[in-house]
Amino acid sequence: MSEALLRASGLHLAFGGVRAADGIDLDVMRGEFLAIIGPNGAGKTTFINMTTGYLKPHAGEIAYEGRRITGLSPRAIVRLGIARSFQLPQLFLEHTVEQNVALAVASREGIWSPLVPLLRPGYREEARDILDRFGLSAIADTRADALNEGARKLADIAMAVALKPRLLLMDEPTSGVAASEKMAIVETLVTVLRDAKVTAVFVEHDMDVVERFADRVAVWSQGRIAALGPPAEVLADPAVQREVIGIERHAATPEAPHA
Amino acid sequence: MRKLEFLLALALAGAMIAAAIAAPWLRFVLTIALAKGIAVMGILLLLRAGQVSFGHALYIAFGAYTVAFLAPRLNDAVLLLVVAAGGAALLGLVIGLFVTRYRQIFFGMLNLAMCMVFYSLLEKLYHITKGSDGIRVEIMPVAGQALDRIAYEWTIFGIALALAFALGALLRLYLVSPMGEALKGIKTRETRLEFMGVPARGVLLAAYVVSAGVGGIGGALIAMTSRHVTPLLSYWTASGELVFIAILGGAGGVLGPFLGAAAYELIRVYAAASFADAWQMILGTALLLVILFAPGGLWGMAARAIGGRSR
Ligand SMILES: Nc1ncnc2c1ncn2[C@@H]1O[C@H](COP(=O)(O)OP(=O)(O)O)[C@@H](O)[C@H]1O
Ligand SMILES: [Mg+2]
Repeated sequence: MSEALLRASGLHLAFGGVRAADGIDLDVMRGEFLAIIGPNGAGKTTFINMTTGYLKPHAGEIAYEGRRITGLSPRAIVRLGIARSFQLPQLFLEHTVEQNVALAVASREGIWSPLVPLLRPGYREEARDILDRFGLSAIADTRADALNEGARKLADIAMAVALKPRLLLMDEPTSGVAASEKMAIVETLVTVLRDAKVTAVFVEHDMDVVERFADRVAVWSQGRIAALGPPAEVLADPAVQREVIGIERHAATPEAPHA
Repeated sequence: MRKLEFLLALALAGAMIAAAIAAPWLRFVLTIALAKGIAVMGILLLLRAGQVSFGHALYIAFGAYTVAFLAPRLNDAVLLLVVAAGGAALLGLVIGLFVTRYRQIFFGMLNLAMCMVFYSLLEKLYHITKGSDGIRVEIMPVAGQALDRIAYEWTIFGIALALAFALGALLRLYLVSPMGEALKGIKTRETRLEFMGVPARGVLLAAYVVSAGVGGIGGALIAMTSRHVTPLLSYWTASGELVFIAILGGAGGVLGPFLGAAAYELIRVYAAASFADAWQMILGTALLLVILFAPGGLWGMAARAIGGRSR
């Protein structure tokens, strides 16, 4: 718990005049669940994009298990054990949910077998098992382009989990998920991740979820980390409340702004 | 559905054999149709990834000229088929390394460009290729057996049919394998593949090499059947024809290319005989009707007729 699995130091990245990362220093500890909160445009997704090799920081570096990964391709980074899910689900739209997950399972071992079916017993069972744990079994045979937003989101995360990462980065895993199902889903997700000893970083707008499931929370603001610590402390900070949570609480639970 | 597809394939093969027995000129037409169907399976493979090659006649021409050039030295149909397939696949690897960097219209047009370069070479290097006169291909032994003309033509027809079955069966496996499904993933969400650790370009390249290889086989069979190769095999209309057949037949299943090729060749022959100059119009109308009323092509129609769902 005391050892950093991922270490980002001095990350800078600007798009034109917009500083999406303006000196990010962050250690993600092995085994922890780290929540990232902050207003839209603060650079949360950019951090995930840099960590997974999709964007290259202009300055600074990211180390994973002591190894520098800045500049590696997304493919190389996944192979090291870092997977991600997406703010906008990235599914194979003409495949079924089961095939989507099975493809992720298959890609762990390389997908270079041209003559054995994707849905061979081993892969299929593993995919079914993951879908089961995510409560997606009923829609296993539904094509991804026919899913509702919540199911897409879950399938997207299920695919990332199927890669058996050691570090999982989730970009707003609960946005688009119906409020009534949210807690149950996060509960399941957390169980799955804890069982597999996965370290998780997740961008989250729902403070109830953050309070309940995060070991630490990092507050993003204009490309910087404005606060970092246990949720109880950070969320109680008046500055954080004013700048971030006020807005977030409103957006997340408009009926109970002071809860 | 699997079984029905197989039965339909058997029925189609039976009909082809019956037609070939009934009329020798149909045997010729159907051998060409089978050869093109084999090549069009390669187009179908690339269509899975959402990519359309407008230059795959290149591999047909390459396979055909391989036969024409090597027949004097390597005088056996079986050997030549193997060499044509391997050579075309190798050429596909070299060209594929370049063209698989591109997608959509760029992919299509680069393939077309390669194909046209090959056409010009065949046309211009007269001392090697005899230019637009082309090269004659003599009747050759098959697996060491010297054959008379009739036996030879039947044998090539039989080989084409057997290859259609074997390669069709292999393609069917390929399409539902991890490699085939990843290929289909390129069409809808290529970047996700990268985020799963899968090199999307490698997946497309593998399919491209296979498509080139079957193109080479189709070309070799065409050379052995028509027994005359010309640069026109690599002309851009020949590439368009392959795409035409793929759409006409339907890209949803491996029978599509063969339904499409048989329909294409038969319409062409009958229409050309009956309406002289109007056959292109008739073919065009046929394609238009298919696109408008049966987007799954002939295979889609057949699949619906036999009560299954095309995949
Ligand atoms: N690829 C990009 N090109 C240009 N601007 C970008 C790109 N990605 C992010 N940005 C900008 O960087 C800022 C941070 O974006 P993002 O990381 O998506 O924020 P968040 O996820 O916190 O809402 C925004 O102003 C956004 O418009
Ligand atoms: Mg974001």
